[in-house]
Amino acid sequence: MTYQEKKSIVSLISSILIFAAYCLYRYPQYPEGVMDSKEIFHYWGSFVLVLTLVSIAAHIVISIIFNIFFRMTTGEKEPSFADELDKLIDLKAFRNSFFVFILGFLLAMGSLNFNQPLKVMFIILIVSGFLSDVTGSLTRLYHYKKGV
Amino acid sequence: MGKNLVGNYIRKLRFDHNEMTQQQLADKVGVTRQTIVALEKGNYSPSLELAFRISHAFKLPLEEVFFYGENSEER
Repeated sequence: MTYQEKKSIVSLISSILIFAAYCLYRYPQYPEGVMDSKEIFHYWGSFVLVLTLVSIAAHIVISIIFNIFFRMTTGEKEPSFADELDKLIDLKAFRNSFFVFILGFLLAMGSLNFNQPLKVMFIILIVSGFLSDVTGSLTRLYHYKKGV
Repeated sequence: MGKNLVGNYIRKLRFDHNEMTQQQLADKVGVTRQTIVALEKGNYSPSLELAFRISHAFKLPLEEVFFYGENSEER
């Protein structure tokens, strides 16, 4: 298995774990019993903001640990640059993940149109952000394995 | 994936050129070793620029390194 394939798998697993752990941590803090108040907006605002910051920081740390582990186990240096194949695969991954996010965004707006509570809109937005991240990692893994 | 119609003789040429390793060829043409692996497996058709760089590395014309055709996978 190549460096890029291993990196895609690590990225996929870490995305799932970070998202699941964060949701489990924040779920009990949801302000029950209040409808569309400032408290709700504050909750969802901080949910998205902290999730974004936490996942960026966690991905950086996991990537550093993975590179050290990869170098120790294989004795091989990680590629120091992205060549044309990497860039092509990155573009395909961005396209697919962007498509998933836009679909989620439209669904979230649709939920408001059909008079669903704000909670539904935020959940759809957050889940589509997560799914777009997963789609990007899966696309990378697929193309590194099967080719372009 | 769609069928890759551009085939190559890179693996054979590497061994004909003093058993050049994938990493050595990758360094010569400025790509990662994984890209050479993908090319040899037929999982990737290179850009024209990379194809020229590879044929220059072997000091051969392009058509002696790469070929195009329906039966490229049979080679």
